[in-house]
Amino acid sequence: MTVPHQPADVGAGAGGSELEPDAPPPGTRGGTIADASALDGTKGQPALVVNHLTKRFGERTAFSEVSFEVAHREVFGFLGPNGAGKTTTVRTLGTLIAPTSGSATVAGIPLSPENGVEIRQRISVMPESPGLYLRLTVTENLEYFASLYGLRQAGMRIRDALEAVNLGDRAGDLCGGLSKGLRQRVGLARTMLSDPAIMFLDEPTSGLDPVAAREVHNLINGFRQRGVTIFLTTHRLEEAEKLCDRVAILNATLRTVGRPEDLREQLFTSALVVKTLVPVSDPDQLFTGIPAVEGWRSEAPGSYVLSVSDPRIAAPEVTRGLVSAGADVLSISEAQHSLEDVYLELIDDDIEARKK
Amino acid sequence: MMGLDVTRVRAVVHKELLDYRRKRSIVVTMAILPAIFLIPPTLAVFLSPPTTSSDKYFGLPILLLLLIPVIMPSTLAAYSVVGEREQGTLEPLLTTPILRQEFIWGKGAAVMIPTVALSYTVFGLFLAVVRLFANSAVASGVFHQGPVLLTLVLFTPLLAGWAIVVGMAVSVRASEVRVAQQLGTLASFPPLGVVVLLGIGVIHTTFTVAVLFAIGLLVIDVQALRFVYRMFDRERLITGAKAGRS
Repeated sequence: MTVPHQPADVGAGAGGSELEPDAPPPGTRGGTIADASALDGTKGQPALVVNHLTKRFGERTAFSEVSFEVAHREVFGFLGPNGAGKTTTVRTLGTLIAPTSGSATVAGIPLSPENGVEIRQRISVMPESPGLYLRLTVTENLEYFASLYGLRQAGMRIRDALEAVNLGDRAGDLCGGLSKGLRQRVGLARTMLSDPAIMFLDEPTSGLDPVAAREVHNLINGFRQRGVTIFLTTHRLEEAEKLCDRVAILNATLRTVGRPEDLREQLFTSALVVKTLVPVSDPDQLFTGIPAVEGWRSEAPGSYVLSVSDPRIAAPEVTRGLVSAGADVLSISEAQHSLEDVYLELIDDDIEARKK
Repeated sequence: MMGLDVTRVRAVVHKELLDYRRKRSIVVTMAILPAIFLIPPTLAVFLSPPTTSSDKYFGLPILLLLLIPVIMPSTLAAYSVVGEREQGTLEPLLTTPILRQEFIWGKGAAVMIPTVALSYTVFGLFLAVVRLFANSAVASGVFHQGPVLLTLVLFTPLLAGWAIVVGMAVSVRASEVRVAQQLGTLASFPPLGVVVLLGIGVIHTTFTVAVLFAIGLLVIDVQALRFVYRMFDRERLITGAKAGRS
């Protein structure tokens, strides 16, 4: 059973008022961890709306004029180089930091000092370091946070959360004795404990070995299947490509937002990669004579990259042209651009722009 | 306090006490410090001749027991915020719905409870030892110092309160645990000046004086607590920069 989020009519500041107003009454959250769809509470609205959000620390701009939306049940990747403002954005949306300007709606609640407590009741944030009390056991850590969220049936929720992260048998272990990967899993269990409408995961695989990172990926996929909205900051591009429905690339300003495949299409023209056993005798004459080919370059002897508008039309024409020219064709394939290519293209642009 | 959720305060207290129990250095300090402070008054009682005028002789040594509620909580309180920051637990904690008042009350109560319990235990132990083993005239002299004993009882939670509040104030702003603990301990001492003045007889200890000074200390504690509320700013705690929206 899952009980929907209960709106509270009071809130506290992101570092605002002298005395924080009342929190929602304790025990307004109940039930066990289940399908988060019941938690939307704001049907039809995006889970997260960010409008021209800016944060400056004195003269330094952490991020500027950032705008995007995240739909319910979406896994949204927030990418960017170190110092791009990713963590500051998460802290701002998590009500730890007050924005300098702009607005946002988090889990249906306007981001303001007065709504701090109410927002924090509906979201959960896992910082880069899971921040566990190392002299406490796994269960004691989770019990503490369950109490802070005023959760009913905490025991059952903790059991569910530990089962979800495959740590049921380590519940009594001191967190100080766990490996980094296991601590990260405890952090994730803590994050899901309160059935949040949005989970903010800040670099959840940072510093983990590939096996531990894969386990975290599986857990995030599990959260996705439960219908949780996830805001994932990372600079591991393969991770974003694997996990995220859409990604945003931030480098102080938002460089782009979209599905990884759309971003690839936007940034890169389609291309065919042709490999022949021996170099073609007159490639220019061959490739410029094919109407579907817009341009070509040779990357190595016997290897050619052809710019095309539609690879599905161009590939058969190129094949026929090569065969009629007597070339020994090894392969013809569509050039694949990764999210990393997109990322590097955008970030390199920024570096070039700064040099100018 | 308006709007405090007792469940959350209790959760913080429970977690802190669990944490103390498992940290050997805290347990050892809590055991050794009171024992050390028990020595001067005990020696004063057992080394004094039976004809000693109790009023002058025992006042200061007994009031020195008040060092326990000053020194014991200051290091714990000074660790409370900066310690969380150093171990990386502050940010996850601040992203929960906990209010700053709940955090401060929880942390404060977790220091206050063992401090007051241990202090009163030591006082009780001292009085029991005097009653059982001291010369009867000397024991009678000690037990006839009603105002001094009242001062002991009233000042214990109030001095502890001061030490806790200033310790937390330092902890909120400090960037390093050791610096916070040193500054916190230093800042907790000023109210002991009153104790010394009472102890050496510059201010004659009467019931009225004890109560009036206790009320004064209470007012100072409350004001200091309000000051700590104002200092507790989530943004500053996380980034070191003051919150501001232009």
